[in-house]
Amino acid sequence: MKEHVYDTVYLRGKDFEEGNVLFETWDPNARYAWDTGVGMSRFLQELKAGRLVGAQCSGCCRVMVPPRMFCEHCFLPTDAFVPLQDTGTIVTFSLCYVTWDMIRIKEPQIPIVVAIDGASPGMGIMHLLGEIEPDAVKIGMRVQAVWKPAEERTASITDIAYFKPLEQGGSQ
Amino acid sequence: MSGNRVAVVGAGMTKFVRRAQETAKELAWEAASKALESCEMTLDDIDAVVIGTAPEAFDGVHMNSEYLSDGCGGWGKPVIRGYVGGGTGVFSPIQGWYHVASGLFDTVLVVAEEKMSSCQPHPQGAFLTIFDNFIERPLEPNLLWIFALEMNAYMNRYGLSKRDIATVSVKNKRNAADHPAALLGDPNITVEDVLNSEVLAWPVQRLDVSPVTDGAVALVMCAEHVARRVTDKPIWVEGVGWSLDSAYWTNRDLSYPTYVEEAARMAYDMAGITEPRKQIHIAEPYDPFDYKELHHLEGLLLFDKGEAPRAAADGVTQRDGDLPVCPSGGLLGVGNPIAAAGTMKVAEIFWQLRGEAGARQVPGKPKRGLAQAWGDLMQVGTVIILGA
Ligand SMILES: [Zn+2]
Repeated sequence: MKEHVYDTVYLRGKDFEEGNVLFETWDPNARYAWDTGVGMSRFLQELKAGRLVGAQCSGCCRVMVPPRMFCEHCFLPTDAFVPLQDTGTIVTFSLCYVTWDMIRIKEPQIPIVVAIDGASPGMGIMHLLGEIEPDAVKIGMRVQAVWKPAEERTASITDIAYFKPLEQGGSQ
Repeated sequence: MSGNRVAVVGAGMTKFVRRAQETAKELAWEAASKALESCEMTLDDIDAVVIGTAPEAFDGVHMNSEYLSDGCGGWGKPVIRGYVGGGTGVFSPIQGWYHVASGLFDTVLVVAEEKMSSCQPHPQGAFLTIFDNFIERPLEPNLLWIFALEMNAYMNRYGLSKRDIATVSVKNKRNAADHPAALLGDPNITVEDVLNSEVLAWPVQRLDVSPVTDGAVALVMCAEHVARRVTDKPIWVEGVGWSLDSAYWTNRDLSYPTYVEEAARMAYDMAGITEPRKQIHIAEPYDPFDYKELHHLEGLLLFDKGEAPRAAADGVTQRDGDLPVCPSGGLLGVGNPIAAAGTMKVAEIFWQLRGEAGARQVPGKPKRGLAQAWGDLMQVGTVIILGA
């Protein structure tokens, strides 16, 4: 099938170093102000108060986090916001040694999916883990939110600074 | 089988390269003209055009398929673009199929193109907007996170090691050494090379990942009466399927791609396939990461859950194994120009079933093959089954 492959021209590192390449560049000017919506507004307000909430659907009885205005399974409005705990279980994690533009970082960031206590099984959110040696992170580990001081909270997911391992005997 | 019979009768592609000198539109033309030439057709013979291309943000061109349409042969014709992220490369031929199966058109040119290299400093930047704008983007995520999180969930569920998974990368990069369009073919790569490569986002290491790539692939699809006229080796579309899971990816069981199973079941039903492990002779599952090939083989019901790594280690998925998987070299070896990568897989099945795959030809004259792609927030599966 060689004959069905076009002999595409490609550039090598040398072509760039020697300035043999013509470029035009452009920086997008695009800014957005998103309305946070019915489900998410309440979640963000509660974060500012140092609490996590989920949304319950009376059709399937799921307690969902992140909370939502409608249940995507039942396609009905959710019925109530219900309080959740700020503890949970690590569903999965990574140890990330690069930034998004592939620059190396020395101390890894530790993104996790954490299933939140009080929500239905498997209902997780993404966040970061701290106060732990990278080697010690395990799936199934119990964790707790570390909140920023009240005066620093801005109704953002970053009002939780990160999650940390839950001390033995901590609340379930 | 639903609708009128549809055949693939031609395929062509560009080389897959790290940075093409050509513009996106020029790449599309290179692939489209090669596909037409392969079946001795011209643009005048084409009734409609399907364009596949992924996020506009890669090119920085709004309504990118309209921009590409000249290079895709779309001038003065009915043109459509479908976009399901990384799933696009298999979804575009599915769209080509229903254009013809519906009876609306006799001939369709399907062109999938991606030029990732324009996006600076790294095309990952264009991907970051897939994260939830309220509760994920403020954490300044890295695109690698979601794949690393999924890979770790899969490894943990079945007690898999990095070594179990690295064999996929080795197989595909070795297979790609025989592909004339490949970017990263390497006949000498070893499992140790993969295990010793730079850790990016553990468990993902450099050689577990496919590269940023520019490239395009095109197919000519047509109705039976045209196919019989233009070729004595038509390859028939026997089944198609696609399915989408919830965008709440942190609420899902990441160890199993349910949406791929749903897409596969739809395609198997259409093709009358009741025992896919016996009836599928060759597979091109989507492999942007090595674990994804295994994950997808399980979702496609070709191996039991958690069993694909053992089969790979035993050589079952080698080009001369019982079920050759990614004989092209896949995304890991040929390259990963997002939308074009999936269509490259469909083209590979086409060439394999015609016995035209050259040094990559799998033995035993395969009669039926499957290509699958995956994308969006780890949530879409697209499947096509071709038969000789
Ligand atoms: Zn419900």
